[in-house]
This record gives sequence, structure tokens and C-alpha cells, in this order.
Amino acid sequence: MTAPGLYVHVPFCRTRCVYCAFCSSTDSGMAGRWLEALAREAQDSAELTEAFDTLYIGGGTPSCLDPDQLETLFRSLHDAFAFDPGAEVTLEANPADLDREAAARLAGLGVNRVSLGAQSFDDEVLAFLGRRHRSTDITAAVEALRAGGIHNLSLDLISAVPGLTAEGWQHSLQRVVDLEPQHISCYQLTLEEGTPLAARVERGEAALLDEDTAVGQFLAGSTFLAHAGFEHYEVSNFARGREQRARHNMKYWTHVPYLGLGPSAHSFDGAVRRWNTADVSRYCELLETEGSAEDGRERLTPEQLGMERIALGLRLADGMDVGDLGEDPDAAAVLERCRELDLVTIDGDRIRPTREGLLMADGLARELCSL
Amino acid sequence: MSQKRNFSIIAHIDHGKSTLADRLIQASGLVELRDFRDQILDSMDLERERGITIKSQAVTLPHDGEDGERCDLNLIDTPGHVDFSYEVSRALASCEGVLLLVDAAQGVEAQTVANLYLALEHDLEIIPVINKIDLPSADIERVKEEIEADLGLDSDEAVLCSAKTGEGIDDVFRAIVDRVPAPREEVEKPLRALIFDAHYDPFRGTVVSCRVFEGTLKAGDTIRMMSNNATFRVEEVGIHRLDREPARSISAGEVGYVIAGIKRVGDTRIGDTITLDSEPAAEPLPGFKDVKPVVFSSLYPVASDDYPSLVEALEKYTLNDAALVYEKDSSAALGMGFRCGFLGLLHLEIVQERLEREFDQSIILTAPTVQYRFVLNSDEKLTIDNPAHYPDPTTIATALEPFYRAIILVPERYMGVVMDLCRDRRGVNPQFNYPTPGRLEIRMDMPLSEIIYDFYDRLKTVTQGYGSFDYEELDYRESDLVKVDILLNGEKVDALSMIVHRDGARPRALRACERLKDEIPKHMFKIAIQGAIGGQIIARENITPFRKDVTAKCYGGDITRKRKLLEKQKKGKKRMKMVGSVSIPQGAFVAVLRSEKK
Repeated sequence: MTAPGLYVHVPFCRTRCVYCAFCSSTDSGMAGRWLEALAREAQDSAELTEAFDTLYIGGGTPSCLDPDQLETLFRSLHDAFAFDPGAEVTLEANPADLDREAAARLAGLGVNRVSLGAQSFDDEVLAFLGRRHRSTDITAAVEALRAGGIHNLSLDLISAVPGLTAEGWQHSLQRVVDLEPQHISCYQLTLEEGTPLAARVERGEAALLDEDTAVGQFLAGSTFLAHAGFEHYEVSNFARGREQRARHNMKYWTHVPYLGLGPSAHSFDGAVRRWNTADVSRYCELLETEGSAEDGRERLTPEQLGMERIALGLRLADGMDVGDLGEDPDAAAVLERCRELDLVTIDGDRIRPTREGLLMADGLARELCSL
Repeated sequence: MSQKRNFSIIAHIDHGKSTLADRLIQASGLVELRDFRDQILDSMDLERERGITIKSQAVTLPHDGEDGERCDLNLIDTPGHVDFSYEVSRALASCEGVLLLVDAAQGVEAQTVANLYLALEHDLEIIPVINKIDLPSADIERVKEEIEADLGLDSDEAVLCSAKTGEGIDDVFRAIVDRVPAPREEVEKPLRALIFDAHYDPFRGTVVSCRVFEGTLKAGDTIRMMSNNATFRVEEVGIHRLDREPARSISAGEVGYVIAGIKRVGDTRIGDTITLDSEPAAEPLPGFKDVKPVVFSSLYPVASDDYPSLVEALEKYTLNDAALVYEKDSSAALGMGFRCGFLGLLHLEIVQERLEREFDQSIILTAPTVQYRFVLNSDEKLTIDNPAHYPDPTTIATALEPFYRAIILVPERYMGVVMDLCRDRRGVNPQFNYPTPGRLEIRMDMPLSEIIYDFYDRLKTVTQGYGSFDYEELDYRESDLVKVDILLNGEKVDALSMIVHRDGARPRALRACERLKDEIPKHMFKIAIQGAIGGQIIARENITPFRKDVTAKCYGGDITRKRKLLEKQKKGKKRMKMVGSVSIPQGAFVAVLRSEKK
């Protein structure tokens, strides 16, 4: 899995959800200009890369683009880049956007995996989150995708939402398992600065769940999905088997190179990480005038790369290499303490987080990076 | 020959001492308006920020009297805190008169009274000055009554002024010239000059400030310090303007400076007498004493690698502050460091802040303690200022601790709360005075250890800021002392041990555990904080572990941010001290001393 991946950021949504801080605009009138800028960025990056074996169209809400726009997007990418015949081509979609025809069109464009923002099967929770779909839309979307020819599905759920009970969470987990997807992501709700939700919490109008309840839902999800045959292979990600893991996302976590196009997208070539401006109109303007929307870059030192391998590895069931801890004499003691706390297991030269360890991945990284 | 007057300004804190000094300097024309800044004599950043004077300063102000005669007014600015009372006394010994400043709204306070006694001891002409008369809350009549009743001074003699607006400044000048006696000018006698301050100049070495009482001092002279007979050759003498102004000589009656190739401030002693090696005076000037530290604490570098740098910083620091004494110390928890003696808690805070700011040191100070005395069963006598050296309790025949007299001045209505506080702090033998109706002076014998344990903060709190406070040394008294140890996950942290009275052991241990619970961040594991006397646990707190410490999402755009956070945390961790597997932040070591949450 060393072929690079391609990410495209579609910065448009019909509506904004209360918790989301991703780069996105509800002004779809900008989409035409954005598509042109993107085509230019793709062309300019073309000669730099070998064939991709993953393509991930994320956002934003890529499914809110109209059929012509989607077609233009894919044509620009195929004009500029080569893709492996067996490439994983994922598109993020809102359940409300998908019917059988839409699914068939996506399949026609080469999309073979859809990541569906289901989030919850409780309509009250969906309303709280500001989602524009309802639980019935999720079932309908799954049926439509399969009927349209897309069978590799991933569904997102959000836990620790204010008002979400243990039973409510169990219900969503059961419903998602009943739909038999290949992959499930369960994200704990996080308060992002500048979001409407953060403002409501600040004003005391909403309260996040307490730590114990949030921990309970995380562990319940992990246990429940394990019983249902899903491997908990990353903090927030579950797959039916090794082959069903998100191939594209795995590249982020294992330092495999990726190219990112679109506003706020990050690229990494193994040594340099660079990122585009997160402002949509600025992105277009920069590409029209300068030919690049780059906003910053950093060349990672061997120490920094090592630090990232530790931080990323501890989020994965596959864990990290003990060699990345370096020669520090304190390492063995710190590691032993983490093991005694049942946060990691040590198996030869692999350090693997336990289920509880995944919940403490940042704390573990802090301990092991601060040697 | 021109006339001279030597005077000082003394006041309770915040009554406007530095502002009045500023105004006098400005009015004398010594400094152009555009070069002026507030608290002009306080050259240290720390002094300006805190609005306090830490070191004595002198300045010679030219003044043209109404008769046209030129008069040199030597203002000696003194530190305004009880920690530095010896320096204050030497500065006052260099004067013939003082301006006793009283705030027109606040009136007479504890330090006003203490300062008055100090001035009386030196037989000085005392000019009461009522300052801040521009304040809407100024109550000049009441303050005059207090001056009569509390201070026993003639209030008709009081000068009214506002150092802020400049009103009455001419009257202040007139009072200095008319009422401060001119110094005697015994130029023919052998040299006797009193050292009242010394500061370090990186280019010239120690600059000694002195008042010449008899004789004359000039460049080329060989001087002798009468306390230890050390001799130095004088390179330069002069008077203090805002900078140094060299002069051919300084003579009896004058205040000036001497530069004599003296490397360290510690080679000069405040209060010492300078004489000439060739023609020494028979007797030194009276009042010299070796200043002894009263509060002790250990100083450690946060990172043990920084020990050599701390050694160097302390050496440089003491060039300019001879009152700090230190010797090597080591702790199982904190590694190599120093045991330091301070004049008081303010002095301790100043040393800490200056080492951090001016010398870029990252340091940990342990809880301050006083000097205890023990008589052992073997009749051996021990003096101990470090809990680590506490003797085996079974060998102790008698334990003694220093007592001080606390002098508290409060509005009468706070009598109840202040007495409760004093009794809580083991105060005994109360005496009450009612200097004026409604005002109460409480004098009480109190262990110094209780005074340094945030007594002043508590007094301010319970009296809503109205209480003022001063203290003076009494004696050593027998006491039932125990050593309280603090354990983190069962491991004793020697740097957190404290010697306390048995009755206060449990509450003190509990509070220390609570403070540590606030200061130590959550870890991945549970932390038990315990207070113990010997093997007996008397207090306990727990810090619950993190159960969840992870971000939900980590995709392409999140990795750089995550790594930068780790880099920052790695740096932060270097500023923590590891005891066993527990990371303790710097502040935790002194936080145990606070009785209240910050």
C-alpha cells in the first residue's frame, strides 16, 4: 500500500450542521468558479505524481453537487492523473441526496465506495445536530446505493450528543449493523471553536455529556460492533475485515504520501507537508492569479516524523514500532507503566493500544513523546 | 559654602512615598519633563511593576531658597517593607530629618506608627506630611486628630500636599529647609562614613552609597571597612543625581557614593563605617549589625541540567543583593539545589522573580520555613531551618520556635474576626490600645511560622483591606512541634515536608493535600496525595485519572496541529518535576503554603 492517495475537498453544503468546523460554504453559486480553480490545481500537480490507488472526495458535502458539476470534477481529475484500475474511489454523501439515479450516476463516474453521514437513527438527535436528513433517509439511501451498483458502504455515527441516552446509542448501533455496511465510523461529538454548538454551550443552553457517560458510549460502541464482527482498527473506525478498512484514510495514519486538492486540503510527500488556504474565494483567486493556493508548508525533521509515527500509531489497533521510542533510558519504565494500566500491550516490537488505550491515545502519545 | 539637608521619606505602603519623591525631583528641575517617568528612583522593573521600593536610593536635589541661597537637599529613599527594616534604619541614621507621610484618606496606619518609632530612635526631626489632599475622600481633620493621638505629634506642624497634583510642594520644600537641622560638618576629624546601600554596576563593580559624618573622602584614598578591616583604593567619589556625578571629594555632612574596585556587594556591609587606612577613626559609627535571614527555603532548577546555570545566576545575583544567603542542598525529589535564607517573604518573592526574569532561570522554591531550635536528650543543641534535617522525634527533649510581636491596627468593628484569626494562628498575650475612638491596636505574641503562613493575606481578607500590620522579633519559646511529610502514591516528597505545631498538623496537612490536588494535573493513573506524621496518615486526597484523552478525528489536516501540540506539551513537561511517575508543576511546591485557593 505505498501508492499515493488523492483527496479532493468539496467546500459546499446545503446547510451547516451545528457541530461542524470543516471548511465549507452554503453559497453553491461559487461551485463553477471552484471547479475551474480545482481543474487548474489538478493540472499543475499532475506531473508530480505516480498513479493513485485511492481517491477520496470529501467535504463539505460532495453529494450536493449537481450531476454536471460532478461530471466536470471527475473529468478534470482523470485528465490530470492516472489511477490504478482497482483504486478505491470514495465519495462522502448526505443520505438525503441519494436516490437510485444519483447512485447509478456516481457508479458511472467510477465511485465504488460511499461514506454516508448517517450520524444517528434518532430523529431528535439529528434535529439537534442540525442535519437535514431523517433516519428513514438513511435506509432509503443504502437501498438506493446498492440498487445503483455501489456496494462498499461506510456509515458515520456520532456519540456523546447531548440528550443521547445509552439506549438511544444502542439503538443507532443496532440499526447501522442491520444495514450490513463494510465499514462504520463512530465519532465522539467534539466541541469545535466557532461553531454554533460551541456558542450554545458557552451560553449554557446546551451541555456536553459528562466524561463517564461519553466513555461509556465509546466502550459500548466498541464492544457492540466487535460482537457484530467489526474490528475496531482506529480510534473512531471499524471495519468488517482488514480489506474493508478505509484504504485512503490509512495512508494518513501510516505516512503514505497523499495529494490534497481544494481549499484547506493538506498534501504530504513523505517529508514535506503543505496546505491550501481554507477560504473558498481566496482559494479560487489564488489559483486564478498565482497558480497555487498554498498557505503554508513544513519540512518534517526525522524527530518530528518519529513523533507523528508515535501519535498516529497509538490511534491504530496495529500500534506503533517500539523502535520509534528511541534510546531514552526512561522509555522502558514509562512503557511498563502504560502496560500495567492496561492501556497498551507489547508484542515483540509492536506497542498496541487496548480498547481503553485508544480512548487515551493522546495521553499515551504525550507520555511517549515527552521522553 | 552651600547649605545641606539630609532627609528621608517614610510612610505606610501606598501612602504616596514614590510619588512625592518624583514630585520633589521634578520640582527641583533635576530632570526635564520629557525625560520624566513615574517612580523615577525605582530602577528595577520589579519595583515599578509592584509599586514598591526594594533598594535604597539617594539623590541630591538642588534647591534655591527664597533668600536666593542654594541648598543641596539629599533625599534618601528607603525600602517600604518590614523585610528590609535594617536597611531602612541605616538610611535613617544617615539623615537629620524625615517626612512622615500620611494618606489624607487612609490616615495613620500600622507602618506609620512603626516608622515613627524608627525615626524617634534615630533622634530625627519629624515633619508630618498629609498627602493626597486632592482626594474626594480626604478627611484632613480626622487625620490631624490621628496624628495627635496615634503619633503624639503636633498636627499644626503638619504640611498639607498632594504629590499627585503638585499642590503644597513648595511648603514641603520650605519645611525641609527650615525644619530639618543642617548637618554638623566636622571636616577636620578622621573620616567616618556610614554605608547605607550598595549596588552592583557591571562596569565599575560595587557602588557604595554613604553618608559622611566626619572627615573627607576623595579619589586616591585608601579606605578601610571598620567591621573587617578590608582595604580598598578609591577610584571615584561623587554625588547622586539621577545618574552618578563625580566630584573631587565628599565631606562631612554630605551624602554620596564611592567606587573602590570592590568586586561584590557582599564585600561591603550595610551599616559598616568607612574610614581612612592612613588615619583611621578610633570608633566606628554605632548601629552596625550582621543581618540574619529569618525565612528559609530551598531553590532547585526545574530541569536538573540547569544546575550549573543556576549556580552562575546566584553568584551574579548576590553581587547586588548581599542579604540573600545560600548553601548547597540536595533533595531526593528535586536533585541538586540550594538552601537559601531570606529577610522575609517579600524578599523571597523578589529573589524568585528576579532570578526568573533577570537571569532567565526556571526554578522551584519549596515552602518557606523558620529557624527552629531543638535541645536533644543528650543535651546537644540544634538549630534547624530545613525540615529534611528534623531530628529523630524520640531524641528531642525540647523544641523551640521563634516568636514575634504582631502589631495590628484595625477599625474596632473587626476586633472579633481579627482575634479569631490571631488565636487560630496561636497568638497569645493580647494587649489592646485605643489610640483614637473607633480604632484598635492589637499587640500579640505570635509564632513567626504562623506569620509567614499567609497571615497578612488573611488579615487583609477578614478586615476587608482595613487591617494594617507590622511585626518585630521577640524570643524563642517552647513548642510542641512535629514534622509532616507529604506522600504521592506512597512516595515521600522530601521537598514538601514541613515542621508545624502538633495542633495545626492535621488542618495544615489537609490544606496541603487540597492545594496539591488543585495544582497537579490529571494523570493516566490515580494519584493518592497523603499527609503523614511518621507512619501515621493524617490527611488524604485523590486525583482521579483521565479516562478519555483522545480527539475523535485525525485526518490529513489534523496531523500537523496534533504534532505541534505534542511538541508544546513536551516543552511544558520539561518545566514539571517528576517525582516517581507523577509530574508536579513548579507552582505546587509553594502552593502548599497557601491556606486559600488562589
